[in-house]
Amino acid sequence: MTVVILVCAACWLVLAGTAVAIGRSPAGSTIIYGGSLLLAVVSLVVGTIHLLGHAAPAAVTLPLGLPWIGAHFRLDALSAFFIVVVDLGAVTASLFAIGYGRHEQAPLRVLPFYPAFLAGMNVVVLADDAFSFLVAWEFMSLSSWALVLAHHQVPDNIRAGYVYIVMASFGTLALLLAFGLLAGPDGGYAFADIRASHPSAAVAALALCLALLGAGSKAGLVPLHVWLPLAHPAAPSHVSALMSGVMTKVAVYGFVRIVFDLLGEPAWWWSMVVLTLAGLTCVLGVLYALMQHDLKRLLAYHTVENIGIIFIGLGLGLAFKAYGMAWAAALALTAALLHVFNHSLFKSLLFFGAGAVLTATGERDMEHLGGLIHRMPQTAFTFLIGCAAISALPPLNGFVSEWLTFQAILVSPQLPSWGLKFLVPAVGALLALSATLAAACFVKAFGVTFLGRARTPAAMAAQETDRFSLAAMFLLAALCLAAGILPGLFIDALAGVVQTLAGERMPVQSGVEWLSIVPIAQSRSSYNGLLVFLFMVISGVLAAFAIHRLASDRLRRAPAWDCGYPDASPATQYTASSFAQPIRRVFGSAVFRAREQVTMPPPGDTGPARLHVVLHDPVWEGLYLPLAAGISFTAERLNGLQFLTIRQFLSLVFAALVILLLVLALWP
Amino acid sequence: MALITDLFVQGGQMLIVLLLAPLLTGFVRATKARMMRRRGPPLVQPYRDLVRLMRKEVVLADSASWLFRVIPYLIFAATWVAASLVPTFRTGLLFSWSADLIAIAALLGSARFFLALAGLDVGTSFGGIGSSREVMIASLAEPAMIMIVFTLALLAGSTQLSTIAELMVAPGVGLRVSLGLALIALIMVALAENARIPVDNPATHLELTMVHEAMVLEYSGRHLALIELSTFLKLLLYVSLIACIFAPWGVAEQGATSAALAVGIVAYVGKLAGGGLLLAVFETSIAKMRVFRVPEFLGAALMLGLLATLLLFVSRSL
Repeated sequence: MTVVILVCAACWLVLAGTAVAIGRSPAGSTIIYGGSLLLAVVSLVVGTIHLLGHAAPAAVTLPLGLPWIGAHFRLDALSAFFIVVVDLGAVTASLFAIGYGRHEQAPLRVLPFYPAFLAGMNVVVLADDAFSFLVAWEFMSLSSWALVLAHHQVPDNIRAGYVYIVMASFGTLALLLAFGLLAGPDGGYAFADIRASHPSAAVAALALCLALLGAGSKAGLVPLHVWLPLAHPAAPSHVSALMSGVMTKVAVYGFVRIVFDLLGEPAWWWSMVVLTLAGLTCVLGVLYALMQHDLKRLLAYHTVENIGIIFIGLGLGLAFKAYGMAWAAALALTAALLHVFNHSLFKSLLFFGAGAVLTATGERDMEHLGGLIHRMPQTAFTFLIGCAAISALPPLNGFVSEWLTFQAILVSPQLPSWGLKFLVPAVGALLALSATLAAACFVKAFGVTFLGRARTPAAMAAQETDRFSLAAMFLLAALCLAAGILPGLFIDALAGVVQTLAGERMPVQSGVEWLSIVPIAQSRSSYNGLLVFLFMVISGVLAAFAIHRLASDRLRRAPAWDCGYPDASPATQYTASSFAQPIRRVFGSAVFRAREQVTMPPPGDTGPARLHVVLHDPVWEGLYLPLAAGISFTAERLNGLQFLTIRQFLSLVFAALVILLLVLALWP
Repeated sequence: MALITDLFVQGGQMLIVLLLAPLLTGFVRATKARMMRRRGPPLVQPYRDLVRLMRKEVVLADSASWLFRVIPYLIFAATWVAASLVPTFRTGLLFSWSADLIAIAALLGSARFFLALAGLDVGTSFGGIGSSREVMIASLAEPAMIMIVFTLALLAGSTQLSTIAELMVAPGVGLRVSLGLALIALIMVALAENARIPVDNPATHLELTMVHEAMVLEYSGRHLALIELSTFLKLLLYVSLIACIFAPWGVAEQGATSAALAVGIVAYVGKLAGGGLLLAVFETSIAKMRVFRVPEFLGAALMLGLLATLLLFVSRSL
C-alpha cells in the first residue's frame, strides 16, 4: 500500500521533469494535469481502502536519506485519512486545471512545479522519520513557493513570495528544532524511536511550542498567518485551492502527528495555549476576511478562520485526553478531523469558483464584478453551495463539523481545571461569533460577485467556464451535500484514526435509526442531516405546488421598484466595502482601529465628495514591523564586524573559543 | 398505534403553526392599534393579505435572477421545518431528534442567509442597505442565541428541545440565576430576530432605518406572500420557544390522552395570546433605537448569555 503511493510520488516527479520538456506545447498542460489526475486517483483509492478497511499500518524503509537511518515511510490510519484529504484535493484540482490551465500565460512556471508539489504533500503524510518528514515538508514549501511566483511580473506577488519564503523557512526551523529535541542526543530520528523515548515534561512542552510555531505558521494560526492571505491568492487558482484547502491540512497533520502521537500524554495546560490561539484565529480570520474586497484574498482569510475552528477541536481533544476523558477526546477529535475534510472540500470549491470568475472576467476585485449569476449560472450555483457549506448552514457539511465541535464544548464542564472552565465557554462564544460573521462574509462574497448588476464591461461580457472546471466544481458540491446529509458514514470512517489518537472512538453511527448522528448517546443530542434536507425539499416543493395550483402563477418583468427611485447606474448598488460598513463600525473600530474620513467639497462646488477608510492591521503593525525594524537595527550594528583587521578577527575567534570552552566547562 | 398518534401529532403541529401564525401577528397588530386608541385592522387581516397577495401576479425586476425566485420557497421551507420542531402543545414530537436547538437556530440562520442574498440580487441600494444591516444584527444575535442554547443544554444535559422541555415541566428545576439571564437574553434576541421595536419597525416603509422591509422591497405577489408567511411563522416560533422553555405549564407529555392534548392546545393558544399581548404592550411603550445602538443592545444579550453559560460551567446549581 505504502509503496503504491510512493511510486505515485515518484511518477509525479517524473511528470515534473517531463513538464520541463513538453510544457510549451499546447497538449503539454493536458498531459501533465491528466497524468497528475490519474496518479492522484490511484493514491486516493489506496488511501480510501486503507482507511475504510481499518488495515494494519504498513511500513517501508528505503535506503535513502541519512545513511544510518534510511528513509522510513508508514501508512497508518492517520496518514491514510490525510492521504484521502490530499489526494481528493489533488484529483479535483487536476481535473479543474485541465480546463483552467489552458489559459495559463507562462506554463513553464507552473507545470513542472505542480506535480512536484503534489508529490511533496503526499510524502510528508507518509514520512515516518524526522529527516524524510522535513525534506518532504521543505520540498512542499519550495515547490509551492515557486508556484506563488508563477506570475512574477506583478509586484504584489514578489512581496507575497518573499514573505512566504521567510515564514516557511521559519516554520521549518521550528520543526527542525522540535524534532531535534525529541530525538535526543542519541539521534533517534525515526518516529518509532521518538514514540518509545517518552520525553520529559520540559522537553515535551518545548516541543509543543515549537510544533505550534512550525505547523501553525504553515497552517495559518494567528499571529503566524500573515503570509497566507498574500501567497494563496497570488498562485494560479487551482494551486490556491491546493494551498488553502490541502497544504494547510498537511500542516494540521504535522501538528497532530507530533502532539498527539509522538509527544505521549499531554499536560492539561497545553490545551489552554492551543484553545486561546485557536479562538483568536477564528475571530480575527473572519474579521480580516470581512474587510477584503479581493475575492481570493477573502477566501484565504477564511482559511485562517477555519484553521481556528479545527484547532479548537484539537485543543479540546488535548484537554479531554489530559484528563483521561477518552470518549470526549474522541468527539472533539472527530469534530476537528471532519472539519479538516469538510474544509478541504468547500475551500477548493470556492477557489475554483474564484478561478472561473478570474478566467471569465480577468478580475479578482469584487467591486468590479456583479451580476455573474446571469452569465455563469452553473459556476454561480456551485459557488453558492460552497458559500452555504462554509457558512455552516444545515443541511450541508460545514454545519455538521461545527455542530460536533459545539457538542464537544458542551461536555467540557466536566473538566476539573478552573482555567479551562472559564476559557472553554469564551472559546465557544468566539466560535459562534465567527460562524455568524462567516455567514455575513459569504453573503457579501456571493452577493457582490454574482448577484446584482454588472459593474464593469468585463463582468458584463463574462462567459460560462469550461466543462472540466465545471465537472470539478460539481463533484465537490455533490460531496459537500453528501457529507452534510450522510455525516454518519464519514464519522464512522474516522473511527480508526480517532481510536489511535484518543484511545476511544465515537459511538458507531451506521446502526443509528434513520442515519442520524449521535455524538455521545441518543438521549443527549442527535442531528439528522438527511431528514432535515428531505423536510426542506418536501415543504419547499409542497409550497410551490400548492401556490402554483391554487393561486396565481402569472409573472411579469418590469424595471426594479426601489421605492420609486430606481437608478440606471450600477454604481448605485451596494459594494463590498459598503456592505461591510456596519460590521466594520461595530467590530473594526476596536480591532483594526478603522477610521472613516469624509472630505466634502465646499458648498457650490460640484466636485465629488470622498470617503476614505483607514484600517490598521494589528498583527502586522504590532508584531512584524517592530520585529523587522529590530532585525535591521541589529544587522546595522553588526555591520561593523565585516570591516575588522586580521588581528581583530583573530582575537574575535579566540574570544569565541574561550567562551564556548567556559560554557562547556560550567555545563552541569 | 403509538407511531400513528405520533405522526398525527407531528402533522397536526405542522398545520397548527402554519394556521395560527398569521393570527398571532394579527392579534399583535390589533392589540397595538387598540392601545394607541386606533380601531386597527380586524384579527384576520393577515390571512386576507396573504390571499390577496397569492392571487396577484408577480412583478419581477428585470435584473432579478433565478435565485430571487427560488429564495422565497427556501426561506419558507427552512422556517416551517424549524417551527414544526419546537414543541408547542405536546413534547416528544416524532421528528424532534432530527434537529436539536442548535440546528433550529441554524435553520433560521439559513433562512436569513438567503433573505440577505435576495436583498442584493436585484442590485438596488435599498436591498443592499437592508442586507448589510441584517447581517450586522445577525452577527450578534446568533452568537447570543448559541450562548442561550449552551445554558439550556448544560442544565438539561442535552441540546434536544424535547428533553429540555421535559426538564422544565418536571419539578426540581426551580429558580436559577442562569435561567433568568437566559430568559432576558432570549427575549432580546427574539425582538431582534423578528425585526420588532426597538431593533426594527415592522410597520414602516420608506424609512432609512428599516432593515427587514428593505430586503423584501422588490418582492411581490406570491413570493411576497411566502416571505410574509415565513415572518409570521418566525414570530410564532420564538413565542413558542419562550413558552415551551420558560412557561411549560399544560404541555402534554408523550403518550398523553386526548383530553391532555386538548388541554395542551388550549394552554398553547393561551400562551400565544399572552406572548402577543406582552409584545404589543412592550412595543407601544418603547421607541425604536438608532441602528448603531442595536449592537450595544445585542452585545448585552450576548454577554448575558455568556454569563449564564459561565455560571453553569462554575456550578451546576446556579
